[in-house]
Order: sequence, then structure tokens, then C-alpha cells
Amino acid sequence: MFDITIIGGGVVGCLIGRELSRCQARVLLVEKDSEVANGTTKANSAIVHAGFDCKPGTLKGKFNVEGNAMFDRVCGELSVPFKRNGSLVVAFSEEELPELYNLEKKGKQNGVPGLELLSGDEVRKREPHLSKTIVEALYAPTGGIVAPWDLAIAAAENAMDNGMELRVDTEVIGIERIDGGYRLQTDTGEAIETRVVINCAGLYSDRIHNMVSEPCFKIIPRRGEYFVLDKSEGNHVSHTIFQCPTPNGKGVLISPSVHGNLIVGPNAEQVETVEHVETTAAGLKSVREAATKSSPDVAYAAVITSFAGLRSTPDTGDFIIGEAKDAPGFFDVAGIESPGLTSAPAIAVHVAGLVRAYLGNPASKADFNPVRRPVLHFSHLPNEAKAAWIQKDPRYGRIVCRCESITEGEIVDAIHRNAGATTVDGIKRRLRPGMGRCQGGFCGPRVVEILSRELNIPLTAVRKDRPASVLLTGPTKTVEGE
Amino acid sequence: MKRELICIVCPMGCHCSIEEDAGAPKGYKVTGITCKRGEDYAVKEITEPTRMLTSTVRIDGARLHRLPVRTSGPIPKERIYECMDLINHLQVQSPVAMGQVLLKDLFGTGVNLIASRSL
Amino acid sequence: MNTYEIIVVGGGPAGLAAAIEAHKSGARNILVLERDRELGGILMQCIHNGFGLHIFKEELTGPEYAERFIRELESLGIEYRLDTMVLEVRDDRTVDIISAKHGFETLQAKAVVLAMGCRERTRGAINIPGTRPAGVYSAGAAQRFVNMEGFMVGKRVVVLGSGDIGLIMARRMTLEGAKVLAVAEILPYSGGLTRNIVQCLDDYDIPLYLSHTVTNIEGRDRVEGVTIAKVDENRQPIPGTEIHYECDTLLLSVGLIPENELSKSAGIQLDRVTGGPIVNESMETSVPGIFACGNVVQVHDLVDWVTEESRKAGHNAARYALGKLSELAADLATKAGQGIRYVVPHTIRVANLEKEVDLMMRVTDPFKNKYLVVRHDGAIVKKAKKAHLTPGEMESIKIPVEKLKGLTGELTVCLEEVAHEA
Repeated sequence: MFDITIIGGGVVGCLIGRELSRCQARVLLVEKDSEVANGTTKANSAIVHAGFDCKPGTLKGKFNVEGNAMFDRVCGELSVPFKRNGSLVVAFSEEELPELYNLEKKGKQNGVPGLELLSGDEVRKREPHLSKTIVEALYAPTGGIVAPWDLAIAAAENAMDNGMELRVDTEVIGIERIDGGYRLQTDTGEAIETRVVINCAGLYSDRIHNMVSEPCFKIIPRRGEYFVLDKSEGNHVSHTIFQCPTPNGKGVLISPSVHGNLIVGPNAEQVETVEHVETTAAGLKSVREAATKSSPDVAYAAVITSFAGLRSTPDTGDFIIGEAKDAPGFFDVAGIESPGLTSAPAIAVHVAGLVRAYLGNPASKADFNPVRRPVLHFSHLPNEAKAAWIQKDPRYGRIVCRCESITEGEIVDAIHRNAGATTVDGIKRRLRPGMGRCQGGFCGPRVVEILSRELNIPLTAVRKDRPASVLLTGPTKTVEGE
Repeated sequence: MKRELICIVCPMGCHCSIEEDAGAPKGYKVTGITCKRGEDYAVKEITEPTRMLTSTVRIDGARLHRLPVRTSGPIPKERIYECMDLINHLQVQSPVAMGQVLLKDLFGTGVNLIASRSL
Repeated sequence: MNTYEIIVVGGGPAGLAAAIEAHKSGARNILVLERDRELGGILMQCIHNGFGLHIFKEELTGPEYAERFIRELESLGIEYRLDTMVLEVRDDRTVDIISAKHGFETLQAKAVVLAMGCRERTRGAINIPGTRPAGVYSAGAAQRFVNMEGFMVGKRVVVLGSGDIGLIMARRMTLEGAKVLAVAEILPYSGGLTRNIVQCLDDYDIPLYLSHTVTNIEGRDRVEGVTIAKVDENRQPIPGTEIHYECDTLLLSVGLIPENELSKSAGIQLDRVTGGPIVNESMETSVPGIFACGNVVQVHDLVDWVTEESRKAGHNAARYALGKLSELAADLATKAGQGIRYVVPHTIRVANLEKEVDLMMRVTDPFKNKYLVVRHDGAIVKKAKKAHLTPGEMESIKIPVEKLKGLTGELTVCLEEVAHEA
């Protein structure tokens, strides 16, 4: 029997897993897809919010600011790219100023450090590409950008290094109460017995909750669409540029990504089901039009891809974190929409505390190591170091991803780590082949070949993402009757 | 019966129509073509169209698993799928030299299937 | 640091022709660097025929064309490295390279020839809305899988883009047992050769929809369907014209982009229209001693012209390395006039011309019965009557050096009306 089973390998579930792997308990993370970080975690703005946007007194407000302060240490330990580039919320007219000042006030109440109001001219001095119509802006120096999937993957790897178990391609389809805990029915046929269940199932967290507890919240999927622009545009702005909220909504942001691309988006559209992860012509158009307000000269010719993500919006208006009253040992961590990513490290510590208390405070592991073995970014190494690595392992001498200069050695490493990549998208998320300007055109066949070789599976068995995402349908030269 | 064709002999790409005409020199009347080569092409396309065929075959003992091949000359258009069937059943062994004959005299046409590269 | 007279970046048709010609022009210490496991570049996966009609007076397949040059390169004893990636080229002609076999090295060259070819425009770059399933491939990536690894990428296919790569792959997939449902082309005309329309589409009853584009992709894990729609003059989809296909594959043949990352990092000036380096009559870039040729300069449609252009680059790179190329300011700048999209080369130093300058260009739209006219200061330098012009076919006009002696300023190329002959 496991002590703790976490359902859902998003950034929240993985960070909770890491916190709980500190203590002497059997921890299991189950993930329905083939890789962790496959849901909302992989499709969001990647912003570490300063925290001025949350209503004071809410869980969002509390965990946002606490989480934000933890990012330097957590990302340092886990070797996850993170940068405090600062946020600017811009107001385009006098009418918007009361709301801007309101954000400043909320921020101060939430404990956000360093907030400052800037004049339109000062803003344009710092950011020459911003619109002349900007009258004033709120500057929050603690705003940052991060690689969200990287954070989840790194947390899962570190948790596994410290003893957590991971089961992928395993969907929980039913939960029943048993003596001392719960039995989880999964689609693989395996039944998992566990003392504690932590529901981190994101878009599906209401479904998981309702398997064992009285329904008390609903997840409303709200889609946001984004453009990603070539690194040549990565310096278009250096801060994350927000638009002042109006009665029409929060507006779209323009931000550098931590890898040097430019991100523009998102819109917000409620969708019918959690399967609607497609982009739409109308949605992308509305994003582009809205972004023009902040910066009229974004070079859309440099767009390399677009994507959409779904927010797990709770109908309660705030995060749902805590033990279900009618299901002892079943903890919900649901409705983690923005500022969910920022809050995740703080939520993880908090939930781990609740669970440890429930389990009677098991002792901590003496040999817990919070530091993940650093991921080598070969292209960033000085030349002598490059030469040395190739001497050690010639696979570092073979560049597979031309656009991002990623070597075969790095890809092989990414496959064999704990919580390693098993799919083409998994490699893409860990190392970036497929995220560059050729979008996998050059590296694609090579990545498929390496996955096949390292995982010892035929080329036709390599998947892009989930099991049904077949890449190669079969060999050529099909002969009738063979 | 009239047939519409696009001539491919030169970049002009003349659109033409061609129909049987017992009185015409080749037995066909061609309208819309501006040169003799094109006229000849149109008649041939109607009476005995031919095509070059390029493909790959399975190869063992080489770094790649497929060897590119082609017909040494054009074959009758109606034999394309039959030829593909022959190609798909073929399995060759490395080393193979560019130009090496893999199948001789396809359908009695005198055209061979040859290797497009050394492997 | 190892020094070479000439380093060629890329062992495809451009690099091969440049290296061979450099050798024939007197350079002896030449190194060709190729990232793939064999020489030949993209030709090795172009198993169809149609290559070499002009250079060899024969219709060869891509691999056959390549092998002729590979054999010549090897017979001349020209050094080459495979499985080797160039990381950086600098304006002092030092080159950083990396390979599993030799590790990291910095080399010095007297002259560098850039021959990196091009990449394919992606789904992301043209913003096709919808899901992001497996089964969306650029035509070239699919071609690689089908022709070299020997795997089918799908069974029911829609192709976007009627350039030659899309047309060739429509036929290729059909002959390997797939069903190709349609080819959509956003322009009102096809960019491919008429021969390919006939022999790749008509022969197999594959419908071609001009002025159409893909407006949606469905399928969460693998493509399940694709919608195409007619577009208006502004290339915007017209509501109500949608055609939906149930399919599992979308092949994209939506343009090639010269691959100039290394050029940018060397500080080489690029032409925004061609996507490639600004070059002079010797195929030299804005950085002295760095030359460029092939698809990295301008996307070619016939490899024969790649070979000609690359021989020029190789010949002049050798002249440069041997100190025989004049380092002068340009006398003339070429300009694309009415009806012309771009002209290569961009500048001409008349003293470096040995016999003639070959102006290569593309027109902006399809035209019939025009004069291609080169003017200097209003006067006609050369003119050629063209019955048929289209953006998909590169044009060229050769101007003998005598006609350019003493001229400075601008050489404008434009299309003019053919006056009615009495």
C-alpha cells in the first residue's frame, strides 16, 4: 500500500511529489498521459506573477506572493531557467487609471515588494517599442518568466531521485474507500491502494473529486491562445507587458520567454469541454488585435508557432486546497488557474504540511537531496568545455537540433533520467528540438531514431505525444497479402 | 471523342484538344498546340502514353533500408501499378552500384529497372 | 589552428560544385563540411527524375546527379568531413566546427563558401489554426521518412502547396499505397512545373484546388480531418466555401527559406526579399572572402542553375584565396524594376568579370509576351523576349562584359510590353 498517491503530473502534482519525497513515506505519482507536464502546465504564459492581481485575503493572493519569493531557490536547485525580468501593467487612458492604482493597492496589501508607478514617457524610455498612447504603468520588479514544463519535469525527476515512484499512461477511472485509505481503479487494470490521495488532476480535478466526495466545485475550461515568435524578436520587450484590466477583461500580454522567444497572448474563451485545445483563426486574430494596443510593431512575420492552453477555472473563484470533509485523507488541490504556476511551490509546501500532519508526521529522510543533477546546455558551454565533453562522450559532438544547437548526448541524457522523455514532444519540452524556427523539420527524423534506439522500440512505435499520436504508419513497400 | 490536354514539352504549357480524325495525317486532329513537338506529344499521349517511374526498393546490408531506383526509360503508363508491384516485391543485397540492372526488360519493353545510387 | 585555402559549408549540390570548381581554378587545400552522414544534400532524398537536363543533357534522379559530383570530388582528392556541424563562421574567416569523431575545432580559411541550402516554411509560420496532432509534416520531412528511412507517414493525405515538392510527394505517397485526396494552393496558379501537374496529379486523379488554403486541422493525437476553403484577393478564407476531408495526414509544401543563421552570425548583410546574402558578381557576400551559392542565396527551382551559380562561387573563392580577385568598390548596383521581384547579384565590380555577368531573377506574377529589359540610365543594355514568365521559374539574362565597361550607378531590370509588330 502506498502512503501517498498524487493524481496528476502537472507542475502542482510534481512539486507536491517533491516536497513529500522529503519524508519517509511511499509516494506515487500517477499521470494519465505518457509524460508529466502534458496538460495546462505545458500551455500557459509561463509568467511568475508579482501578485498585484489577486484579491487580498484569498488563497490566490497568499500563495502567489509566497510562491514568487521561492522561485530563485527552487529553480536554482532544480536547474530550471528562471528570470526576474519585471512586469509592467500599462494603462492607455485616464479612464483606466483608477484600476491601475487599484492594482497597486491590492499588490501592497498582498505584500508585493517594490511596486512603482511610472509615467508613460518613463515606460517608453525603458521599453521603446511600447505604444505612444500609454499614459501610466505599474512596475513590479518581482515579476518573472520561467519554463513551466521544465519546472514540473525537474521536480518529478528530483522527487524520483529521492524515492518517489511514477506511473505514466495510467488514468484513474474510479476511487473507492477501503480500510485505512483508498483503492484507485486505473485504465491499465492495476488497482492502487493508498492511505492518502492528493487530487492534482487539473482540468479533470472535479471528476476525480466526485469519484469519492460530494460534488462541491466545477472546473470551467477557459481557453487562451498564443503566438510564439522567433528569437530574433525576443528583445522586442524586456519586461512582461500586461494590459490594465478593463470591464472587457484582462487584455493580452507581450513577454519575452525565458528561452529568448517572444510570447503574445492569451485571449480568454470559455469552451465546452476540456478537449478543446485547438487554436482558432478568430482567437488568434483577436489576440493580435489586442496586442497591437501595447505595441503596434510586433513583427508577426517572425511567428514560428501558435498554441492554446486551457485554464482550470474553478467556479468558486479561488483555489480549492484542503482535505475533503467527507473523505478523510483525500486532499483537493484544484482550480489552480492563474496565478497557479507562480503559486505552485508555495502550494506544494502547504499541502505537504497538511498531508504530513494527517499521516502523523513521518520523519524526514536524512539523505534527501533537493538538487537535481544539472542539465547540460551544450551550446552555452565555452569551447574548451565543449571539447572536453565530446572527448568524454562523442554523442555530444553530434548536433541533432540545428535551430537550437542541441546535441545527441543531451537527448540521450534526457531519455534516461528519472521522469525521462519517452516521446518526441517530451524531448521537445526538455531540450527544445521542435521549438525552433524549423519546428522539427530537420531534427524530427533524428529524434525519432534516437528515441527508438534508446527505448529499444521500433521506429513505428515512437509517438509524438499520447499513445494514439502515431508518427509513422508502417514501412513502405506494402505488398498485398503480407 | 474530344480530349483536353496540357502539353508538357516546353514551359508554354499549351492547352489543347485532340480528337480522332481519319483524314488527319496521324489520325488525330490537334487544336491549340503551337509547335510540331507539342503536336507529336499530344498524339502520343492519346495513343501510347508512357512514363518514367522512380521509386525505392528494400535493401539489406546497407546503412539505409531503401535503395532509390528508376526505370531506364519510359514504360507504358498503364503498366505503372504493375511495375510498382514488381518493385515492392524486390529485395536487393548491398553493395549495389549506381546504374546496376535490378530487373531486366520490364514487360518486354526493353526498359530495365536500375539503381539510382550506389549503396 | 588548421588552415585551409577554402572551406565549404555544406556538401550538397552547391557545396560540391563549388569545391570542385575551386580545385579546377587552382586551389588545393579545400575542405567540405557536411552535417549529414553522406554527401549529396537534399538530392539524396529526391529520388524522382528531372535533374541535369541542362548540365548533363540527361534526365537524372537526385541521387544520380549528386553521385556524379561526389565521384568527381573524391577523384580530385578533395577533403571532406561528414557528421560535422558548423557552429559559427566569423568575418575573419575562422570557422567553429563540431563532430563526434573530432570533437570541437576552430579552423582558419582564406576563403569560405556558404552552401547551407534552405529549410521549409512550417505550419506554425503560416498560422494554420486547429489542434497540433501527429501527422502534420512538411513535404520534405515526409520525403525523408518515405525515401530514406522507408516509412509511410500516413494513409489518407491532403497536401497544401502546389510547388514541385508538394506535387512530387502527392505522387510518391500514392504509389506507396496512400490515398491523396486533394492538393490545395493559395495562389490562383501553381508554382510547380506543368509536367508535374500532369504526371503527379492528373495521372492519379488528384484534384487541385487553386486559390484555396487549409483553414483548420482536427484530431487531438493524430490528424483526423482537414478543412480547406477558397480565398479572396487578400488571401483571406471566404466563409461558406469550406471543403472538409477526413484524413490522417497533412503535407505542407508552403515555401522554402534560405538557411542563413551562420551568415547572420558572421555579420553578413542579407536581402530581405531573397532571404539570402547580398552578393556581388563573384558571389561574394558583404564580408570579404566569404562567398555564397545555391539555395542559401536564393531558392532555386532547377539544380542545374545551382551548379552553375556554385561553380562561379567556387571559381571566385579560389581566385580570392590566390589573391586574384580585385577588392574594389562596386561599380554597379542591380535593381528590380517593374514586374521583377529580385535580381541576383546585387552589385557588380566590372573589373572582376571575366566574360559576362549572369543576372538571375524572378518575376512577381505570371506574364505572357513581355520583354525582359536591362537598362542603365534609361538606355537599354540588353533585352530578351519572353513568351512565358512565372514566379515559379527563375529567369536569367547574360550581359557580356563589354556592354558594362565604364558604366556606374544602377542597372535596372524590368518587364516591358512587346510593341505590336507591324
